[in-house]
Amino acid sequence: MIGLLSDFQSFLAVYPQKWPSWSYDITRAVVVTLKITAGAFALGLVIGLVVAIGRLSPRKSVRRMATVYVEITRGVPSLVILFLLYFGLVPLGIALDAVPAAILGLGISSGGYIAEIFRAGIEATHRGQREAGLTVGMSSFQIYRFIIIPQATRIALPPLVNMLITVLKDSSLASLISAPEIMLRAKDISSTDFLPLHIFLLVGVIYCLLALPLSLVARVMERKMFAGLGARL
Amino acid sequence: MFMDSLAYIGSRAPVYLEVLLQGAGVTVMITAGSFLMAVFIGLTLAILKTYRLSIVNALINVYVELFRGIPALTLLFICYFGLTYVGTRLNPLPAAIIGLGLSGGAYCTEIFRSGISALHHGQREAAAAVGMKPFMTMRYIILPQALRITLPPLGNYAVGLIKDTAVASAVAAPEILFRARNLTTETFDTAFIYLLVACLYFCMTFPIARWVDHLEKKKASQS
Amino acid sequence: MAETKTLLKIEGLRKHFGALNVLNGVDLSLGQSKKLVLIGPSGSGKTTLLRCINHLEVPNAGHIYLDGELIGEERRGDRILRASASKLASQRREMGFVFQNFYLWPHLTVLENVALGPWRVQRLARKDAMTLAETMLEKVHMAHKRNEYPERLSGGQQQRIGIARALAQQPKVMLFDEPTSALDPELVGEVLGVIQELAAEGRSMVMVTHEIRFARDVADEIVFMDGGVVVESGSPAEVIDNPRHERTQRFLGQLRVG
Repeated sequence: MIGLLSDFQSFLAVYPQKWPSWSYDITRAVVVTLKITAGAFALGLVIGLVVAIGRLSPRKSVRRMATVYVEITRGVPSLVILFLLYFGLVPLGIALDAVPAAILGLGISSGGYIAEIFRAGIEATHRGQREAGLTVGMSSFQIYRFIIIPQATRIALPPLVNMLITVLKDSSLASLISAPEIMLRAKDISSTDFLPLHIFLLVGVIYCLLALPLSLVARVMERKMFAGLGARL
Repeated sequence: MFMDSLAYIGSRAPVYLEVLLQGAGVTVMITAGSFLMAVFIGLTLAILKTYRLSIVNALINVYVELFRGIPALTLLFICYFGLTYVGTRLNPLPAAIIGLGLSGGAYCTEIFRSGISALHHGQREAAAAVGMKPFMTMRYIILPQALRITLPPLGNYAVGLIKDTAVASAVAAPEILFRARNLTTETFDTAFIYLLVACLYFCMTFPIARWVDHLEKKKASQS
Repeated sequence: MAETKTLLKIEGLRKHFGALNVLNGVDLSLGQSKKLVLIGPSGSGKTTLLRCINHLEVPNAGHIYLDGELIGEERRGDRILRASASKLASQRREMGFVFQNFYLWPHLTVLENVALGPWRVQRLARKDAMTLAETMLEKVHMAHKRNEYPERLSGGQQQRIGIARALAQQPKVMLFDEPTSALDPELVGEVLGVIQELAAEGRSMVMVTHEIRFARDVADEIVFMDGGVVVESGSPAEVIDNPRHERTQRFLGQLRVG
């Protein structure tokens, strides 16, 4: 027992020793991870909104196209989409850099999920509430703006934050197309310092620290969905 | 020129497909292994949680919270590269199964927990009233119903898992994507090969996704 | 009897949903300040008729006039076309609609529910819209709940807010679609009380209801519908106390037994 404890202590002792030489690379890599996450999520929101509106369109052909988009992104791994964009476009003369390819690929794949989140939020408002808007004399744009969107946002926010966590985790895939984010740097370090367990555990902790506040926010929002958060006039 | 390259690709397609389908077998193995592991962990921990032991619950919560925040790729690297540091050299396949199984276990714990808590506590009381012991109540009353509730989220998890197995290519597990990468280094038909890969994954996930939709529609029409 | 000006006129209204004919040619008219109550068995088309007046359902044939103006349609030479969305929206403002299930907006407070229309649709200044909403809430005796959210109120209170929301449009006519059918029995009285006060103010209204006693007290005209047509109409004394048609008699008989 005591032996195990001292093993553990000497295991931990490596971190303060090594941190000075790691810190520069890792902090820069965290910034790249955040950049990819933010960019991909923003792109995903835009795609998601467009596709969600498409899925609720009165025109059948538009609905069909939006559905196909959702089903394809639901069925194909993000990593394959990344490879397609990064390696697959080269023979066609399009060579994307790793970070833009990662943002594009993760945005495309999260867009399908985000579309479903938006759609569920929009469909959650009862038809009667729209009719009440009509009887007051609202245009359909006003009904969307004052009745449907405020409620849909409130319903969609917790799953959206969870989606953001997923995008954060998926940004690690960008290392496999050599985007200089956390995982890639960690792999570099592990091959030079031969401390794979130390470095990958540290990376796990970093991801957790980035994700934890988000998942707390999501949890609080789920609880407060109908109280508070008043979208006031 | 274009027709030429089409004809070339057409002639290569069966070759590619044969290699990729071998990879699909490995993908299925990784999926099945980590799915079983995740369900086993999830079910055990969710049932443990119903006993409301504060220390146990706190530990379970830490596990769930931690493993939900760590990317599958990171867990995989910890299992594959990291454990060499303590003298354990896992093969790519077990490493992938354990890595994906551990993160899936956290996910499945939440699925089963919410399935169990969705049942009205009146059912527990009713079972106690007819003289059932807690174990019998769990076995005959709670679990059968909870499992039915959890089928759609479990299906969604399986879809996500099949897609996540693609990360196993990064530790050279010979699954679909790994074989595809090898093919591309030999032939440079990258676009075509990765499109084939996308189709292959889609064919594996689509039936499950459809089945989940079907279950959810059935549930919606019942309520 | 002095002739009153006709406010609302319905001509040859027909509506079907797929193969199901719900309205088979309905003609009605409502004078200024008059109260018309529609009664009849469920499935007789009363609610659909009311929804057609507001064009929540688009009629398949027939016309509706409010104050002489075609509702939901526009005359172009000798042709009649669907009105534009913005024209229809401004026509709907002239009619207050009260739903059976209230349909208040759950993300807004009581006051905001009532003020949203005046502020955003009628484009009053925000402050004026709020003041107007306050006044309307006082009319339905709900001003003390102005900052509550609807889900925290009883059904009767929610329906009174639904009425205030419709009143805030300052409509020419109020349309009530079974306003008390979704309420617990002990809450019906407070809502009917409010409607009675509005009636006493001389508002024009059309109401679908199963409250026969209330109908007799308030209505100038009772219309009995069955199978998508008007079976008979007249004063309460005529239709309720001395129904001429066998179907009316049977309907009223069932209500008294039940």
